[in-house]
Amino acid sequence: MATRVQRASQLTMADMKGRVDPDWCPGCGDFGVLAAVQKALVELQIPTHNVVTISGIGCSSNFPGYMNTYGMHTLHGRALAVATGLKLANHALTVLVTGGDGDGFGIGGNHFVHSMRRNVDLLYVVMDNQIYGLTTGQTSPTSRVGMKTKSMPFGNIEAPINPISLALAAGATFVARGYSAEQKHLTELIKQGIEHPGFSFLDVFSPCVTYNHDNTYQWFRPRVKKLEEDSAYDSTNWLAAMEKSLLWGDEIPIGKFFVRTDVPTLHGAEPVLNDGPLVHHDLRVPLDAARSFVEELM
Amino acid sequence: MQQTFAIGIGGAAGQGVATPGDIFAKIFSRRGLHLNAYNAYQSIIRGGHTFLTIRTGPGKVTNMGDGTDLLIPLNQDSMDRHLKLLTAGAACIYNAETIKPATAAKGVQLCPLPVSELADITRNKVAQNTLAIGAGLHMMGIGFPALEEVLREQFKRKGEAVVAENVGVARAGYDFAAAHFMAFPNPLPKTENRYAILSGNVAMAMGGAAAGVKFYCAYPMSPSTGVLHWMAAHARKAGIMVRQVEDEIGVINMTIGAAHAGVRAMCATSGGGFALMSEGLGMSAMIETPVVVINCQRAGPSTGVPTKTEQGDLWQMLGAAFGDYPRVIAAPLDIGDCFKLIPEIFNVADRFQCPGLVLCDLLLSEGRLSVETKELDFNPTVDRGELITTKGAASVVATNGDYKRYKITESGISPRAIPGVPGHIHTVATDEHMEDGVLISDEFTNPVKRRAMMEKRMRKVAGIEAAVPPPALMGPRSADVTLIGWGSTKGVIEEACEILNNQGISANQLQIRWLVPLHGEAILEILKDSRRSIMVENNYSGQFARYLRSETSFVPDGHIRKYDGEPFMPHHIVEAVKEQLAGKTQLSVPMHEIMV
Repeated sequence: MATRVQRASQLTMADMKGRVDPDWCPGCGDFGVLAAVQKALVELQIPTHNVVTISGIGCSSNFPGYMNTYGMHTLHGRALAVATGLKLANHALTVLVTGGDGDGFGIGGNHFVHSMRRNVDLLYVVMDNQIYGLTTGQTSPTSRVGMKTKSMPFGNIEAPINPISLALAAGATFVARGYSAEQKHLTELIKQGIEHPGFSFLDVFSPCVTYNHDNTYQWFRPRVKKLEEDSAYDSTNWLAAMEKSLLWGDEIPIGKFFVRTDVPTLHGAEPVLNDGPLVHHDLRVPLDAARSFVEELM
Repeated sequence: MQQTFAIGIGGAAGQGVATPGDIFAKIFSRRGLHLNAYNAYQSIIRGGHTFLTIRTGPGKVTNMGDGTDLLIPLNQDSMDRHLKLLTAGAACIYNAETIKPATAAKGVQLCPLPVSELADITRNKVAQNTLAIGAGLHMMGIGFPALEEVLREQFKRKGEAVVAENVGVARAGYDFAAAHFMAFPNPLPKTENRYAILSGNVAMAMGGAAAGVKFYCAYPMSPSTGVLHWMAAHARKAGIMVRQVEDEIGVINMTIGAAHAGVRAMCATSGGGFALMSEGLGMSAMIETPVVVINCQRAGPSTGVPTKTEQGDLWQMLGAAFGDYPRVIAAPLDIGDCFKLIPEIFNVADRFQCPGLVLCDLLLSEGRLSVETKELDFNPTVDRGELITTKGAASVVATNGDYKRYKITESGISPRAIPGVPGHIHTVATDEHMEDGVLISDEFTNPVKRRAMMEKRMRKVAGIEAAVPPPALMGPRSADVTLIGWGSTKGVIEEACEILNNQGISANQLQIRWLVPLHGEAILEILKDSRRSIMVENNYSGQFARYLRSETSFVPDGHIRKYDGEPFMPHHIVEAVKEQLAGKTQLSVPMHEIMV
C-alpha cells in the first residue's frame, strides 16, 4: 500500500527521472514500462524517498537506476527475496520490484512462488520479452516451443511457463498482465498494483526488438485484448481468472485477471510489527524480557 | 582442573536420553556447580544410539573430559558399547530385567535395578530412567529434595498425580541405591554460585537479541537450527521478526534486504546452506550493507555427517564469494563467547559496512555449558557506524543528487543513508559503481574509477584490523610445547595443557578467535619464542595451519588432527604431544575410542 503525500500535484514526471538515461536498445519495450511506472507514481503522488525500486540482473533490471527513488540493483533472481526482507524491516516504504522473465521465472522461480504465497505487500513488474537479452539471445522460461535462439538453435523443445496461471496457483492476491505499448492501460494496472494491499504480480509484454523476432509489436498488436472491455468478466472469480489465463494464440488477454483483498499481508500478519516499522523500534531488548530469557536457563 | 564428575547416559533416540540429562543438569546448576554437556547423536528420530555426557564440578568445566564416572545405559546396545570403557571407581546403573552387563574392568561397580519390583512398568514407560536418576543421585551424595524439586517442575503441567508418581519412582530408586549400592567416595560439592545452562545456538541467538537484531531468518539445517528455534520462540518478547524461508539463497538475500532498510539482521546455517549464501555475501560487500552470518560447521563434505562436529569449513569461509572484498570472520572460543561475539562482530560489520561471518561448529552449537549470568550482557556496546536515518544522525547533505552513497574517503567508509530518508535518494548496485551509485559496468566503464572504488572498499581492511584485538598467549611465556588452536577447541586444549604441566611437560596455548583479519605479526611475535609448536585442529588437512602459513609463512613443528566427527578429548591431545616430543611423528590423528 502506498503512503500518499498531502499536497497534491507536487510531483511531476521530471521528479521521477534518475541520474542516467536508459541504455536499452532503441524501441525496447522497457521504455514503455519505465514511463508507465513513473506516471503511476506521479498520479499517486507518493514521495519518492518513500519508494524503493528493487531489481535483479538483466536488461530490464537496470530499471532502478533510471528512477529517482531509492533503489537496489541486486543479484540475478534475488530481487523478491531482498524486497521481502526490506519490506519486513520497514513496511512504511512502497516497494516496487522490477525485472525480466529469466530473472523472475528462471533463476528466481523459487522466490517468485514463495513471495506470492506469503502475500508480501509489493508490486512485482516483470518485463517479459520471452528471451534472454543481456546475455545476447538465449531461450527463456517463457520462450515458445520451437523458438530458435543461440542456446537452442534447432528450436526450443521445452514448454514455456504460464506466469499468470502460476501466479494464480501460488496464491498471488493481485494478478495482471500489461503490454508496454498500451501506456494508459499499463499505467492504470501499475497504480492498482501499488495500491493493492498484498502481492501484486504484473506480467508485461515488453518486446525485445533485438533478439526476439517471434514476439514483436506486430505480433502482439492484433492479439492483445483488454479484459476490462468485457463487462461480464469478474476479476474476483479465481476459477474464471484461471480459465482466462490459459488463453494464448489469436487472442491473448491483458488486464486485471484477479484480485482479492481478504488475505492478510505478510507484515500485517506478524504481531511483532504492531508497533510500527521495525527500523524505528528501540534496538535494546526490554529489560524484563532480557531477564526472563536468562531466568529460563537457570 | 579441579575435581569433576562425568555421567554418561546412552540409549536409542526416542528412549528419553535427554530428560535425565536435563534433570541432572538442573540439579548440578542449582548446587552451584559448573557443567559441560555433549550429546553424541545420529541423524535419526527414533532408534540408533545416542550418548550424552554431562561433566560437572565446582570449577569451570571446559570440555567433556576423558572418562565416565557413572554410566546409565538405557538399552543393551549402550551397555555393550560403553561398559568396557569404564575404569576402576566408576559405576554402571542399569535395568537388570532387560539389560545384561558385559565384562567390566576390575573396580567397576555394577548396579542392577529390579525395575518391575520398584515401579509399575505397565503405567510408567520410562520408569527405568527415573529409577536410575534417583539411584545415581544417592550415589553422588546429593539429598533427595533437589531431585523432587526438579521433577515437580518437570511434570507440573501434567497434574499432581503424574508428579506424585514420578517423585515416588525416583524415591524408590534413591532408597534402593542407599540399601544396595556403594556411594562414590567424594560427594558432589555445593557452592553458592548460580549459573545459566545454555547451548551455543541459544547463546548466539541471545547474543543477537542483545546486539539489537531485529530480523532473523533461516532455513532449517543441523546443527544451526537451534538458533532459529530460540529466535522463533522468543521473537515476540524480543521484538524480532523471525521467518523460516524457502532456501538459504532466500535467507541471505532477505537478511541483506532487511539490513539495507536499516535494522540489524542476522542468519545462521551450516556448510551446505552457507555454500548457497556465498553469492549474497558478495552483494553485502559490494553494496556495503552489513549483515552477520553464522556457519555452524558439521562434518563434510556435502551432506557429510549432519550430527557430528568438524572444523572443516575454514577455507570455504575464506573463499566464500568471488572477487576481493573486505569482511571479518571470527570463531567463538566457547559457549559463553558465542553470546559475546555477536554484539562485537555486529559493531565491526556496522562500522565497516561489510559482512561479518561467525564460524561456529556443532561442538559449541549443540553442546551445553554453565555460564555466569553476568556474561550474558543484554546491554553491550552498540556502534552502528556512520548511519544516516530519519532521526538525522550523521546527515550531511540535504538535496537529492548531492548525496554520494559511496563517497571516497580515507577510511573507505562512506556514510550510509537508509531508504526513507528525504534528500538522500540513491540506488545501490551489485555492479561496480561510482560514488553516487551510478554503474560503471555497462555504459560508463572506467578503469580509473573502478580502481578508486576497489581501493576505497579495500581500505576498510586496515580499519577492521585495528578494530579487532590480536590474540594472546595463555599459560607460561616459555614452555616445552605451544599448542595452537582456533575456535571451539579452546577448552579441551586448555585442559590438555593442564594435564601436561602436571606431568612435568610445560605447555602453553595460543587460541585464535579473529580469523580475518588475522593478526599475523602478533602471532609471529608470540610464536618466535616457542620451543615446539603443535597445531590442533578438528579437520583432515590442517586448514588453519595452511591459512597461517599463507598469511605468515609460519610452519608449526607438528599437527594433531581429528576428523572422525567426534570432538577431541584431553587425553587425545596429551598422548599426541608426548609421541611428538618423543620424535615418533609430526602428525597425530588420535583414535576416538567411544563408538557413537
